[in-house]
Amino acid sequence: MWKLLQIELFKIFRRPRTYISFAAIAAMILIIQLGLKFDGKSYLQLLMSGISESFYVPFDMILNGYLVAFVILNTLLIQVPLLIALVAGDVVAGEANMGTLRLLVTKPVSRTELMIAKYLASVVYTVLLLIWMALLALFLSMLFFGTNDMIIARNEVMEQISRNDVLWRYIAAFGYAAVALSTVAALAFLLSVFAENSIGPIVSTISIVVVLTILSEMKIPLYDNTVKPYLFTSHMLAWKGFFYSKSNGDGQAISGSIENLPAILRSLGILLSYIVLFVSAAIIVFKKKDILS
Amino acid sequence: MSSIIKVNDLSKCFRDLIAVDGLSFSVEEGDVYGFLGQNGAGKSTTIRMLLTLIEPTDGEIEIFGMNLRSHRKEILRKVGAVIERPDLYKYLTAFENISLFAKMSGIKITRKQLLEHLDQVGLAERAYSKVKTYSLGMKQRLGIAVALVNNPQLVILDEPTNGLDPQGIADVRNLILHLSKNQKRTVFVSSHLLSEIELIANRMLIIDRGKKIVEGNVEELFNTAEMLVELETINPDKTLDVIKDSSWKKYFSKQQHETIILKMDKKDIPSFNHFLVTNNVDVLSIKPVHSLENYFLSLTSANQHVEAFTN
Repeated sequence: MWKLLQIELFKIFRRPRTYISFAAIAAMILIIQLGLKFDGKSYLQLLMSGISESFYVPFDMILNGYLVAFVILNTLLIQVPLLIALVAGDVVAGEANMGTLRLLVTKPVSRTELMIAKYLASVVYTVLLLIWMALLALFLSMLFFGTNDMIIARNEVMEQISRNDVLWRYIAAFGYAAVALSTVAALAFLLSVFAENSIGPIVSTISIVVVLTILSEMKIPLYDNTVKPYLFTSHMLAWKGFFYSKSNGDGQAISGSIENLPAILRSLGILLSYIVLFVSAAIIVFKKKDILS
Repeated sequence: MSSIIKVNDLSKCFRDLIAVDGLSFSVEEGDVYGFLGQNGAGKSTTIRMLLTLIEPTDGEIEIFGMNLRSHRKEILRKVGAVIERPDLYKYLTAFENISLFAKMSGIKITRKQLLEHLDQVGLAERAYSKVKTYSLGMKQRLGIAVALVNNPQLVILDEPTNGLDPQGIADVRNLILHLSKNQKRTVFVSSHLLSEIELIANRMLIIDRGKKIVEGNVEELFNTAEMLVELETINPDKTLDVIKDSSWKKYFSKQQHETIILKMDKKDIPSFNHFLVTNNVDVLSIKPVHSLENYFLSLTSANQHVEAFTN
């Protein structure tokens, strides 16, 4: 299995198109960082307009590396699934299109092993993309903007997290995001099994994610308890929960606490269930598939 | 001699289409086995079933005396194949491609040995060029090198000369003969070109509409084919008169410019030659040629298509 995974990773990272995602993320992050560096105060005023009218807001203190990273993650973690679909949607269908799939299947490895290796390679790609994102969004922002306590606006209330209490939350959030994005990779991977070229699964994955995200974000009471809790897109942004702390009697955040850890764990469980479902379905379909490409 | 491939009552249906219909055959150790049929006859479907790309609807396949379904990995370790087009990773070099498939085959092989494999098909000098810069012939040769990297006992080649120029066809043919004669490997090769199979195979099977038409020793099968005799003389018109005034008249087929063509058995050629000499015909040459295409057409449904077209 390790050898197969190495082969799959070798193939992914020898393709120039793989690096488009890394370049796109770098470009987006740098654009956001530059914008905030030169006009961050205006952006924050706009963001906190409801609060700044009632309270004094120390914008210079607020605009630090931790907040910039939070803004970047908030913006990009909605777009990154599209980049994940580019590779995961290609992992089987792309080989069918190139004609190499039939050569792979005639080698002495089981189809199940081959599929697991391919999915794991997509997950490694996803994690590396997130690490790249973390390096640029978090560490580069810390370098450009410095560090301070992290203040985030939530439901017109400002929450302050001590600077010493932030980094682990980012690590946990990136870990959660890796699972969330691996769910998208699993969906693209499943769709990839049905196709003979990668455009179909990539477009289908993006369409499904967009439609389900809209459904997850819509405030329609009919769907709130019936549909939304079961959509994987409703749980993809639960990483934000790591930045919501419990408060003490004075309304101050308790260091090292998470407001609703069970909810995060429940969301994590739902995403992992989706991964198992999508990958198992992909393996079952592929095992029975006649390779005609 | 033991059977390397034993296929029994093999069938494959795609919804309403019966692609392969109750096919049975066996390939013996050391054979170059020609698998012949027109396009769409069921050759590729059969080969894909032999390589576990397609699940048979019915029937059994044994390779190296083992059931393919239950001993898949064990069997595929000893098989190398090129299936239709030589599709490889175009963005990788030839060396990277062959190295990758060697690893997938589970064999330990040195860099030097990999280069030797590429050298065997004349690609050592271009080992580090990306495959996207290769011609079709080079890709085909690389495909064969990849198929041979695990030193397979059985080599399966599906239409290996498709799209190649005459030199490319000759190279592939020589390679197949080399594999058979010098390396004692069993080769299963499909083609729609009878002339190709005649040059390389010792045994062959003709398939049409998924069914076996004929199987046997190539030489024996061709001997049963109708023979055309091309006759060249100094005076063709006089020769034709002599033939038409004799009992050999019934063998006359047509006259093409200076050549008279007759249809007869090979064994009758000496008597015919004697007749010509005794009737003072100055013979330049008597050349027997197989009517290969006619033979092939007579056995397959392609004949109906040709007749429909010519009518």
